[in-house]
Amino acid sequence: MSESTLNLTLKIWRQKNATDAGAFVTYKLDGVSTDSSFLEMLDLLNLQLIEQGEVPVAFDHDCREGICGACSMVINGRPHGPERGTTCQLHMRAFRNGDTIVIEPWRAKSFPVIKDLVVNRSSFDRIISAGGFVSVNTGAAQDANCIPVPKPDADEAFDAAACIGCGACVAACKNASAMLFVAAKVSHLAMLPQGRVEREARVLKMVAQMDEEGFGACSNTGACSAECPKNIGLQHIARLNREYQRASLLTGK
Amino acid sequence: MLSSSLGRKVVMALTGLFLVMFLLVHLSGNLLLFKEDGGAAFNAYAHFMSTSPIIRVLEIGLFAGIIFHFLEGVSLLRKNQQARPTRYAVKSPSSATWASRSMGLLGGTITIFLVIHLADFFYKSKFATPEPGVISVIDAEGTRDLYAVVREAFAVGWYSAVYVACMVGLALHLFHGFQSAFQTLGLSHRGYALLVRRIGLLYAIVVPLGFASMPVYFFLKSLN
Ligand code: HEM
Ligand code: SF4
Ligand code: FES
Repeated sequence: MSESTLNLTLKIWRQKNATDAGAFVTYKLDGVSTDSSFLEMLDLLNLQLIEQGEVPVAFDHDCREGICGACSMVINGRPHGPERGTTCQLHMRAFRNGDTIVIEPWRAKSFPVIKDLVVNRSSFDRIISAGGFVSVNTGAAQDANCIPVPKPDADEAFDAAACIGCGACVAACKNASAMLFVAAKVSHLAMLPQGRVEREARVLKMVAQMDEEGFGACSNTGACSAECPKNIGLQHIARLNREYQRASLLTGK
Repeated sequence: MLSSSLGRKVVMALTGLFLVMFLLVHLSGNLLLFKEDGGAAFNAYAHFMSTSPIIRVLEIGLFAGIIFHFLEGVSLLRKNQQARPTRYAVKSPSSATWASRSMGLLGGTITIFLVIHLADFFYKSKFATPEPGVISVIDAEGTRDLYAVVREAFAVGWYSAVYVACMVGLALHLFHGFQSAFQTLGLSHRGYALLVRRIGLLYAIVVPLGFASMPVYFFLKSLN
């Protein structure tokens, strides 16, 4: 596809700080290359704003290669925009000349807005701190074949481990539920021998923290998985339910 | 366990599946309404149902199931709404089914239906004092003519229409709810998930259709 340029109207959520009410502000941006990424388009806007002496739009970004999960924003009603994948991997050729693009932050009680499009996702960190790790000291790296893992289990664990903690699942869910994220983490560790040792304590603590943070419950709508940039499947939610019920029955908690 | 969001969903799923089984029994019994015997078989069945002690016990379980399902449903709905205090400005067409996003609304429809249904049939079949215009007793054992109550109720067009509409609501609730309950209980695997979906779809069509056919049948019958 050959490069061309777009003239766009952007409606962006501007909010000075966590306590500010916030509102949409409309910007005109001309000459956006179809080869640029969505974040590069925002960089271009920010250059324009700085030149005009205005405060640039704050948005989260880090790796810009689809692996860190920082680039959270809802574009025209969809987390990470119209394509599967992260915002940094979205290119402007997905849009047409003259388009109006509405950009909002993730909306969830547990992801409060810090500024403009940047939300605080520490709630995810606290869920991980509650149990999303292996706490035994494993010492030096083992020989690869010393802990046998069946190939299907390894594959399933790896698929779950692909979760980058971006929060698109929460953003997409009508209940702002973190089920898919927690499911990916629990599933990943429950499938592997190293993680299995603490599986009961882990799932109970992570679910308790998830509820404590104020995320909604899961209605099994599947909107999360449909927007997940890493294709985390709903079978992990079924496994989370199983792990949780098993742990409750075994520990009486 | 039962106080966590996952535990509360287990209550939803178990009570929901219990209600699913009840509806199957309820429907098969009510099919006697279609027997062209002036309601004799149906009335005998209804008499048994309202006097048998075993059914009494099951009935208490049924009401408990409905109440728990209702209360947990309302409380989850509130928790879920609180989890997103600010709505999105743009709503894009969702990838999730409408039914799955509207379980509360559909449950509300079923609740309204239950109130009408229990007041008109359950109450009259068991508690109302028999009198003309309410319900009559047809034999020495005290068998009540519930068949006539059903026939008269469904002869009213708008009443039958409300019934049919509520059954559409039930069908949609079950279209999502049946397979959702299996997912909630962790009973979902690539090996049989499709089978669960298909049985759920079949159930969500056949059972509400069976119930909806009753008002339609009596309404058409009342015309000639
Ligand atoms: C009393 C009226 C009812 C209300 C208020 C109600 C409400 C609800 C709600 C809100 C949910 C979704 C929970 C969620 O999304 O997290 C749900 C799920 C469900 N309902 Fe109902 N419902 C009612 C009646 C029924 C009936 C009569 C049946 C069956 C015949 C039924 C079967 C189910 C099933 C199987 C589920 C799925 C449980 C799950 O998602 O795990 N419901 N109900
Ligand atoms: S499950 Fe998917 S959408 Fe949710 S945080 Fe992980 S990668 Fe992001
Ligand atoms: S910036 Fe790292 S995933 Fe987009």
